[in-house]
Amino acid sequence: MDNNLRREIILDNYQDPMNRGLIDSADYLKVNTNSESCIDNLDFMMKVEDNTIKDIRFDGEACAISTSASSIMIRSLIGKSVEDAKVILNNYKAMINEEDFNRDLLGELVVYDEICKQPNRKNCALLPSKAIDKMLGEL
Amino acid sequence: MNREDFPMLNQDIVYFDNGATTLKPKCVIDSMMKYMSEHTSNIHRGDYDAAVITNKLYDDTRGVVAKFVNCSPREVVFTSGTTMSINQIVFGFMKNQLKAGDEVLLTRSEHASNVLPWIRLSEEIGITIKYMELNEEFELTLDSVKKSITEKTKVISIAHVTNVIGEVRDVKAIGEICKEKNIYFCVDGAQSVPHLRENFKENNIDFLSFSGHKMCGPTGVGVLIGKYELLNKMSPLCYGGGMNNFFEADSTYELKDVPIKFEAGTPPIAEVIGLREAILYLESIGMERIHEHEMNLKKYLVEKLEKINNITLYNKNSNSGILAFNIKDVFAQDTSIYLNNYKVFVRAGNHCAKMLKDEIGIRNTVRVSMYFYNSFEDIDRLVEVLEKSEDIFKVVL
Repeated sequence: MDNNLRREIILDNYQDPMNRGLIDSADYLKVNTNSESCIDNLDFMMKVEDNTIKDIRFDGEACAISTSASSIMIRSLIGKSVEDAKVILNNYKAMINEEDFNRDLLGELVVYDEICKQPNRKNCALLPSKAIDKMLGEL
Repeated sequence: MNREDFPMLNQDIVYFDNGATTLKPKCVIDSMMKYMSEHTSNIHRGDYDAAVITNKLYDDTRGVVAKFVNCSPREVVFTSGTTMSINQIVFGFMKNQLKAGDEVLLTRSEHASNVLPWIRLSEEIGITIKYMELNEEFELTLDSVKKSITEKTKVISIAHVTNVIGEVRDVKAIGEICKEKNIYFCVDGAQSVPHLRENFKENNIDFLSFSGHKMCGPTGVGVLIGKYELLNKMSPLCYGGGMNNFFEADSTYELKDVPIKFEAGTPPIAEVIGLREAILYLESIGMERIHEHEMNLKKYLVEKLEKINNITLYNKNSNSGILAFNIKDVFAQDTSIYLNNYKVFVRAGNHCAKMLKDEIGIRNTVRVSMYFYNSFEDIDRLVEVLEKSEDIFKVVL
């Protein structure tokens, strides 16, 4: 991917992220990422109905990579079945960890395919997947 | 100052993370290498030549530390670092001396290691923790200390120099108040002992904790200084070899005297030898000169950064080489990653002072923490990079 396009997608999602802001609802699963990282502090909430992810929202303080990855991931997962979401998450984690993955399943998430060049940012990119994994594990 | 003594500085880097840990001078590295390559041996048990050399170096270090902070050698306990020192004080001494309802005074700018042990103790025995108010510069005034003291106050436990704001507390005056009111005075010296002249006796400190690695020494070794009569009332947290006179099958036993009874097992010998060398090295430069140089650096840094529009400084007036800041609308970690691109090493985060957010209203900052080997040229490089930070996301993304 062209570097300028990559940067533009990440920056757009950092500066104007999808579904930023939590709502007061008992229908959502909730998780905080404080335990994953000392510095990023994001809250996630997710609504699953009929085995389908209906909504994911997040809010908090985090770096450009964590924030943008949360935004892009939320866009990729809403509307997916729980099983499909898990497949996407696993492929995404494989990509970040430099393992084999199916690029066709990841859509815009492939903007992070070179994050391994900055090992200190891998955790930032993995933050939303860990949060969503945790919530899916509670189902 | 003395940049040529630090092998790390042979690289083209600017090291501004001295609050986290400091670089090691060649003399410290050599002393530890010498132990490992020429006189490896355990302490206290050997009659052979190498053991005699090691024993002497280990034992002498107590005297070197004592002279450095003005206490008696028998008041010097080697630990693994400041965190262990404070845990030893809280669970080895305070747990036996305090009772439910007794008040311990802290502040919200303390490091985790001077908060969590107290919180745990409050769960165990019901002490009450109170946080003394900070002023608008996030500093602890003597008025605030006096106002916070009640008849139930038994302990004041504070950093001499705080690790984010870099505020230098008036420990001499607070020590006098504690003496007058019969309050235990515990000082976290992790950020002070490496940077200014600490004085255990003169400041009426009851317990002083600090780490070797923040003062040019190695990781893995720290110091707990305690008044001798108080150490005699303190219980060890670890039991084993080296700290007992005898033990029998009928479960009778006798521990060695203070301070040896707090050093169970084989201690970090190489590290203690490295710490010894580090202190001698700092003394050869002079703590007064070190502090003066850091203050000159701080003044220069603040003057330069104040001229950059989009930078917020949180502690420009504090009397130490620590400066916390943020670039407007940029998350602290993105700034530290940006600076790393130019080989300027800083720290981003809450710096383990997680309650400070209640005071300064922001959770994460970028922290520049300087030491005597930093130069005005280091600051110029930081400033130059921050001046062009409008393109920060082109660099970090």
